[in-house]
Amino acid sequence: MVIRCEDVWREISNYMDGDVDPALRAAMEEHFHECKDCLSVLEGTRNVIQLYGDERMIPVPLGYSHRLHRRLEGNMPGSRRSFLGWMVAAAAAVVTVGTVGVASSISGGGKTRSELAREGTGVPPDLLVVVSDGGKIFHIPECSVIHDRAHLRTLAAREAEQQGFVPCVRCLKRYLKS
Amino acid sequence: MPDEANALEVVSQQSSEEMLIRRIRDGEHDLFYELIRPYERRVYATAFAVLRNEADAEDAAQEAVLKAFKNIRQFRGEAKFSTWLIQITLNEARMRKRKEHVHIMEPIADREDEEGNYVPRDFADWREIPSETLERKEVREKLAAALVSLGEKYRDVFVLRDMHHLSIEDTAKMLGISTASVKTRLLRARLMLRDLLAPGLDANWSSRLSFAKGNKPW
Repeated sequence: MVIRCEDVWREISNYMDGDVDPALRAAMEEHFHECKDCLSVLEGTRNVIQLYGDERMIPVPLGYSHRLHRRLEGNMPGSRRSFLGWMVAAAAAVVTVGTVGVASSISGGGKTRSELAREGTGVPPDLLVVVSDGGKIFHIPECSVIHDRAHLRTLAAREAEQQGFVPCVRCLKRYLKS
Repeated sequence: MPDEANALEVVSQQSSEEMLIRRIRDGEHDLFYELIRPYERRVYATAFAVLRNEADAEDAAQEAVLKAFKNIRQFRGEAKFSTWLIQITLNEARMRKRKEHVHIMEPIADREDEEGNYVPRDFADWREIPSETLERKEVREKLAAALVSLGEKYRDVFVLRDMHHLSIEDTAKMLGISTASVKTRLLRARLMLRDLLAPGLDANWSSRLSFAKGNKPW
């Protein structure tokens, strides 16, 4: 069976899905050996499928699962987790308020380290972040704009905020107050 | 034998999901976390593929999961739970996109006759791209931009079939179209994406992507 380029293009998607009969498959394979253009279409389309089918194509934002569960918690009427979640949240709030109060009294008002810095909101308190003591900003460890990697220390976001650090505008943009 | 083992695993996963769903309906709401855990990533990816904005996608994903929870009694088990959940997500994301772009005309490709033949526009030699390329944010952004630039009917089929690996039949059921339409739209989506990306992928992903300059090759 001899086929034209137009026939190949029309069936190329089915060919890649293994959805063509054996005779057509053989004819297409023979065509790909001879036609550089159709081979290029085949290779390119395979690349498209491979790249988009890779989980890394759409990375999930940091803390997504945590925020999703938190939202669900608030919408589960009468569930044990909802009640427990509320209790834990309430206890955490008390502890946080207490700790911030203490930290404020030590550091002089809980201000950010720069007058111009933008405070964050809703940063997961247990998120591990990095800071440098001379800096003003906390980052996720993978952030691409960290300048002084030699002098970083790791701490929880909650502690970083208590110490006056603010979220990085690049890696933690979604938590910045507008 | 491996096929048999896989089939058994699928059956076991389905029956364990059915049991979870029954218990959730009976009031053990906490089990819903366990039910959705394997699909959380897929829900976000579906919303992002339509909306191409992290914050909007996350919001739509949350909303979709909440709707699934609230409507779990309406899930009749005719489709897989994952298919039902992705369908809710897709609807949620589409609705938001329409609200945002109500004043904008539909993409050209949506108005084209899908029965017409699509002719590839670029025959650049494009060999295998290492998957590590996806570690680069600008590459992911360009791929996402190309996907969003497709008409909705092509994009939806591509997302379900090539990103979530649904079968042709499940894709057709979810979108309420025939399997023949799925195949035609999938062919177009794949070729259009290839045309959009080939000029950049055959070189070095610098700034040569034609769609980045607003030129659509179809």
